[in-house]
Amino acid sequence: MPLVDVEHLKMYFLTMRGWVKAVDDVSFTLDKGDSLGLAGESGCGKTSTALCILRLLPRNGKIFGGNIDFQGQDILKLGERELRREIRWKKISTIFQGAMNALHPTTKVGDQIVESIIAHEKVSKKEARKRAEALLDLVGIGASRIDRYPHELSGGMKQRVMIAMSLACNPDLVIADEPTTALDVIIEAQVLKVMKDLQQKLNLSMILISHDLSMIAETCNKVAIMYAGKIVEQGEVASIYKEPLHPYTQKLVSSFPSIIGPKKELASIQGFPPDLLNPPEGCRFHPRCDYAMEICRRTEPATVFTGNKNHGVACFLIGGEKS
Amino acid sequence: MSEPIVKAEHLTKHFPIKTGFFRTLLSKENPVVHAVDDVNFQIGTEEIFGLVGESGCGKTTTGKLLLKLIEPTSGGIYFKGRDITNVAGREMRTMRQKIQVIFQDPYESLNPRMSIYDIVSEPIHVQKVAKTMEEIKDRVEKVMEDMDLVPPEEYLYRFPHELSGGQRQRVAIARAFILQPEFIVADEPVSMLDASIRSEVAKLVLSLVEKFHISFLYITHDMALSRYMCNRIAVMYLGKIVETGPTEDVIQHPFHPYTEALIAAVPVPDPTAKRTEIVLKGEIPSAVNPPSGCRFHTRCLYAQDVCKKEEPQLVEGGKNRYFACYFPLGK
Repeated sequence: MPLVDVEHLKMYFLTMRGWVKAVDDVSFTLDKGDSLGLAGESGCGKTSTALCILRLLPRNGKIFGGNIDFQGQDILKLGERELRREIRWKKISTIFQGAMNALHPTTKVGDQIVESIIAHEKVSKKEARKRAEALLDLVGIGASRIDRYPHELSGGMKQRVMIAMSLACNPDLVIADEPTTALDVIIEAQVLKVMKDLQQKLNLSMILISHDLSMIAETCNKVAIMYAGKIVEQGEVASIYKEPLHPYTQKLVSSFPSIIGPKKELASIQGFPPDLLNPPEGCRFHPRCDYAMEICRRTEPATVFTGNKNHGVACFLIGGEKS
Repeated sequence: MSEPIVKAEHLTKHFPIKTGFFRTLLSKENPVVHAVDDVNFQIGTEEIFGLVGESGCGKTTTGKLLLKLIEPTSGGIYFKGRDITNVAGREMRTMRQKIQVIFQDPYESLNPRMSIYDIVSEPIHVQKVAKTMEEIKDRVEKVMEDMDLVPPEEYLYRFPHELSGGQRQRVAIARAFILQPEFIVADEPVSMLDASIRSEVAKLVLSLVEKFHISFLYITHDMALSRYMCNRIAVMYLGKIVETGPTEDVIQHPFHPYTEALIAAVPVPDPTAKRTEIVLKGEIPSAVNPPSGCRFHTRCLYAQDVCKKEEPQLVEGGKNRYFACYFPLGK
């Protein structure tokens, strides 16, 4: 049984100008020990999808349909109290974007971790502190820094404190939202290495949200490519990078410069992502697609799984059916 | 190489740190941040010269020095053979027609209350290079077309918030190009943009270099992209250039251990790629008291005693290649 099973999830934001279809009919599954990369351009709905799993939507966000099955429970049917007590942080935790600002500036980092442990588990303060020390060791900061304030740590260390905090209650799933933006290349490599090591050591399941495909390629084993609120292609990392089927994925993969191998021509995608207030009819990518056919303008392609059972793609070129 | 457009000689910038009254009395020397320390390079015509390094290594300060936005502590800046280190005032303003800049963040570098037309035409008004309104309008439309913002009328009377990130950065580039400069400092011009848009703007910059024969100082932390953009690169660490040479050459055969680590840190969009794993420990040290000897020795995997004592100088390591290391890789 998969750990998380998201089916036909729909979440719209109400704005002054109407409903913004941020997540529209998104389905994916995640097994225990898997790490899934959610990739796509900004505004494609990847963070919104993650917020749905945590049920941390802003007030104007409303879930219109679908279900999120987590360990046999439908998260969308749980009450706020149960969510807070049982799910958030204890079972599903998150590493937010921009760690620099996610930590409380006037509280010692150790105390912040202790606080999150005590809030969710019945343990003594002493015991919680011991666990916080162990966590800081685990992410390579060292227990000696437990009484430091956030401003005494560098950006990379703060991000590692955030990772330690996300692991405080031994969660089953960690959602990392752009964990390395605003970090330098070398520090980014350090943080990614910590995450990869932890994943193996603790057999963590992870959802990594990023616009950087190369980062996902290095850390995840599965990937889902999102475009304008929909998942256009998903599957094993290797098969998607080697044989991308959807025209959008093909363009996206080849628009990333690589530092190794022969120098290839960089691809670019004409035009801009659509306005999700009025997304284009049919396939949402058709206005920017080189291979758009008549049918793409009218009907929406459904996801079909080809060859390899886990490789799903929503495109009429690949024998997509009407949905 | 052809006659250099821009040359920096022993360029140094130290920022003083403000200390208290008693500290000033007691200590003989005021502490300074060694932002840029004895940096030498030259940029040829139609060349894109890349400066790469972590944040805090002095690459942006070097860019600002060339733009004469800040005064160097010592050293010289030459533009087309002329010493412009001490040029100031009206003379410098005229000079600025030929030296322009593109900033990193198109969300902050455009005035939100000015229309695109006003933003792009502002340099013309400042420099007073056009006489009639028609002439200004023609030039603005022309430069917008060069940036692929067509038809210009559709964009000229809008405001920055109505444009996407990629369009904004094109407007910022248009503003830099309208005076037909010969040299542009581009400070991470595409790092804020999304992947697919990023490669499009990068390609635009490349085509503009060819079309208008402009030279670029391209400041970036993205090694992978610099491979596509730059003819030559210089790797900076704590205010010093540690290695320089033709881009492809440096990436394929780095001599300096820092360059090697920087390359190894770049994620690769290929899950099956086999790579050497080098993860440097710790962060870049403080530039107030840079480490003695080779500034990189505190994080270097190959450091020996001599590295702590004496500072290595840039030595030649092949055609157009220079590096500053006692134990270069692959030698």
